[in-house]
Amino acid sequence: MKDFMFIFRGANEQYSMGPEEMQQHMQKWLAWVAALQNKKIYAGGHPLLPYGKTVQGKKPIVTDGPFAESKELVGGYFIIKATSMEEATEIAKDCPDLPLGGAVEVREVMPVE
Amino acid sequence: METMPGNTSNSVNAIVDHLFRHESGKMVAVLTRIFGVHNLEMAEDVVQEAFLRATQSWVFNAVPDNPAAWLMQVAKNRAIDIIRRQQHCTRYSKELAHQLEQETANTVQQFFSEAEIADSQLRMIFACCHPALKEEDQVALTLKTVAGFGIAEIARALVTNEAVIQKRLYRARQLLKEENIVLEIPAGNELSRRLESVYTILYLLFNEGYNSGKADELIRRDLCAEAMRLCLLLSTHKAGNRPATFALLSLMCFHASRFESRVSETNDIILLPGQDRSKWNKELIHRGYYFLEKSSEGEELTIYHLESAIAAEHCLAPEFALTNWQRLLQLYDMLLAIKPTPQVLLNRAIVVAQLHSITAAIDEIKQIENIDHLLRTHYIFPAVLGDLYLRLGDHRQAQPLLHTAWRLTTSQAEKKLIAEKLERLATNNLN
Repeated sequence: MKDFMFIFRGANEQYSMGPEEMQQHMQKWLAWVAALQNKKIYAGGHPLLPYGKTVQGKKPIVTDGPFAESKELVGGYFIIKATSMEEATEIAKDCPDLPLGGAVEVREVMPVE
Repeated sequence: METMPGNTSNSVNAIVDHLFRHESGKMVAVLTRIFGVHNLEMAEDVVQEAFLRATQSWVFNAVPDNPAAWLMQVAKNRAIDIIRRQQHCTRYSKELAHQLEQETANTVQQFFSEAEIADSQLRMIFACCHPALKEEDQVALTLKTVAGFGIAEIARALVTNEAVIQKRLYRARQLLKEENIVLEIPAGNELSRRLESVYTILYLLFNEGYNSGKADELIRRDLCAEAMRLCLLLSTHKAGNRPATFALLSLMCFHASRFESRVSETNDIILLPGQDRSKWNKELIHRGYYFLEKSSEGEELTIYHLESAIAAEHCLAPEFALTNWQRLLQLYDMLLAIKPTPQVLLNRAIVVAQLHSITAAIDEIKQIENIDHLLRTHYIFPAVLGDLYLRLGDHRQAQPLLHTAWRLTTSQAEKKLIAEKLERLATNNLN
């Protein structure tokens, strides 16, 4: 088993959803997570708050963002156990944010001794 | 926000149905009471934020024991936060600033008590039904702010598009601002007048869900449930616990009791004579009688009293043939005295057809003022008159009327109902 990091972005459509839709969306997430936990392939993760700063340059400059585009906004990540990249991307296809314009970046975590 | 998982086992079903929708109405009302009607959009933004935060937090950390209280707490903290930040813009001495902050927090806290939340919701209903607003705007605003419907849901419920709803909401919010409407419960005569328009809107919401075959079944059910919930809320508040409120509530219960029996599994309309009465919801009928009894405490006799009594009469009859048509005719006559509309006359004629003769009923319909116009423009008139001719065997008269009715309705279920009658006509004519 290898570790894969799922990085969640976008899903801007949820900003304009009504309360009932939001609840249903949340319930899809709860169900997805419960399924991952039942399969014992969920290995942790965190949500991220929307605001943030970037520190950059030889003489470091602190700026707000990066918020060039809101669809770049990272909402959080989690670590999933899978045997291959192919299997990991199959799992990511069930992410409830996809129909709402969201994206999942799937990266393999390099094992370090 | 995207959401993260965590210790969420068994929490999938821990959230009650429509929790967000119902809490939305409560939070918007309380926050609008705090921020003022001119800041209605700010209140709505805070609520949206609370839901987004809940989505993240609950998925990741597990659903809290009391999700509703969790949401309220987030809304309250955010409200205090916003006010604090505004106060910071004006610089006072440290001592005064501290005092102001304390007092703000205390005052805001009070708005979040159970009783005050209900009070705020009622004030919100009264504001949404303010006479300065057009009726269609009142409906949209009530659905959005009080009932917690999303734009897409309102559009679906009212069978229009989202842009139209956005426009109505915008216009309504502008008017609330321009007219300096405050969240209050009117007193004296003004209260009675305003209650009238609240009843009208609640009844409209209910009927939109109950009668319109245009919207899909699911959203219609929600509309009826919301109208009943708001009416119940009204009935438990001192400003609203009046006979007319109970009458409207009982009327809704009686109608709602037949909800399951009036469409078939294939989504066809089943009219009263063909309905399986064992499917009528007994619990709702009981509640209907309970509220009808409460509505009779007093002198007042409103259209809701009479319409509820009519609905009760139908619920009482063990089968269609045993309906007390004599009593219904009396009730319709009483209703006509205070609500002399073509629709009531039409309904009365249907009773006449059962009690006396179809010819007598047709004669009464023909005497309705402006009937020629109504027959050309309102589905229900040619549909009913055409059906009466059909029952009389006068196919020559029935055919064009039913055809007009078919053309006038946009509801697929109603179209199908009429089409079946037209088909029957065609086969009969061949024989």
